Amino acid sequence: MTISFFFDVGLAVLILGVGTSTIIVRSAFAAVIAFVVYGLLLAIAWVRLSAVDVALTEAAIGGGMTGMLLLGAVARLRLAKVEETRMSLPACLVAGVSCALVAAGLATAVLLPPAVVPTLAPMVMENLAQSGLGNPVAGVLFVYRALDTLLEKVVVLLALLGVWSLAPDSAWGGMPGLRVYAQPNSTLTFLAQLMPPLGIVVGIYMCWVGAKDPGGAFQGGAVLAAMWLLVMIAGLERPPSISHPWLRLSLVIGPAIFLAIGLAGFVLANAFLAYPSGYAKPMIVAVEVVLTLSIAVALGMLAAGPPERVRQQ
Amino acid sequence: MNTGMLFGLCGAALVGLGLYGLVTNPEPLRKILAFNLLGSGVFLVFGVISKRAAAAGLGGDPVPQAMVITAIVVAFAATAMAIALALRLFEETGQATLSPDDPGGTSTDGGNS
Repeated sequence: MTISFFFDVGLAVLILGVGTSTIIVRSAFAAVIAFVVYGLLLAIAWVRLSAVDVALTEAAIGGGMTGMLLLGAVARLRLAKVEETRMSLPACLVAGVSCALVAAGLATAVLLPPAVVPTLAPMVMENLAQSGLGNPVAGVLFVYRALDTLLEKVVVLLALLGVWSLAPDSAWGGMPGLRVYAQPNSTLTFLAQLMPPLGIVVGIYMCWVGAKDPGGAFQGGAVLAAMWLLVMIAGLERPPSISHPWLRLSLVIGPAIFLAIGLAGFVLANAFLAYPSGYAKPMIVAVEVVLTLSIAVALGMLAAGPPERVRQQ
Repeated sequence: MNTGMLFGLCGAALVGLGLYGLVTNPEPLRKILAFNLLGSGVFLVFGVISKRAAAAGLGGDPVPQAMVITAIVVAFAATAMAIALALRLFEETGQATLSPDDPGGTSTDGGNS
């Protein structure tokens, strides 16, 4: 029983408390604010579990980006008529008991682990030196499971295509509407002028340091996307039309170069997504750099939502 | 009881909580939020169970960590898609709730409103 254990207990109680409030509060706005706080608390929990890469991703994407999406949706649904169609009390009780049973089953799995838990960690560490990377998580993402990472980028692009195709016909090729978040005011404008220089440096640093320490293309890309969104919401820069060629090029260049290097692996290293020995690190860093750009643009456009109006020429 | 086990139990409780919100709340937006809660609970349980195997002088096992990072990103992409769908449903039908007692009420396709 050390002091850090009591910290962990307090953190777990806070996470559960804030998590519960996202479910039970009446107002959707309050629930979303609680969800953002929940994401940040969960990030601290991941740090306590010594998973700093996961913590960064959770804070940036799980809490921040998802929170912003939900806030935008709440603002757009403000005028919706909310019917009181809550479930009856017995139905709620049945649902509650069933969900508690599911949770209890999972808790049993946590409390009664198998004698030997399989792990690939020793193999990861044995072969990591060959890739020239110092961060084992980046090693898994870009060397051992590079196919997962490539397909994950494709999933993000597919989701963006899905979001765009939900636009009404008249708005196709137009630009996303961000006015729903805030009317531009002097404080917001000041913030949007002050933060991006710092944020862009932080984002690029996170991408660069990802090869050696916690960080990486996704975390860096999320910070860059946040800066871009801040500038667009403050009205200093207009959102791009979704038919803009530069926008589309920057969206696909990351996965395209990743795929090209993967295909080159057939010739240079005898396998798809394999790197020629000695050149692994420069190639991975090159992929990470273009991916950061594509991820930043894709995340920003996903958060901005479907196009709403056509740019007036 | 150690740190891992504590957060593992926390994750299990979050799964139950998220599931409850998903089942009982009629608003699509709140369902999406509850689903995210459920997902993060699953990630936590997964991270904790695999952390037991941490070896080779590491604090945690890098393979499941990389998988959780991928999962968080995919969950975000799915959330963005779901929110866009919910907003489009509202634009077309003017409804922000899915009524549990009236299965025909929300299945009106776009254009009928």
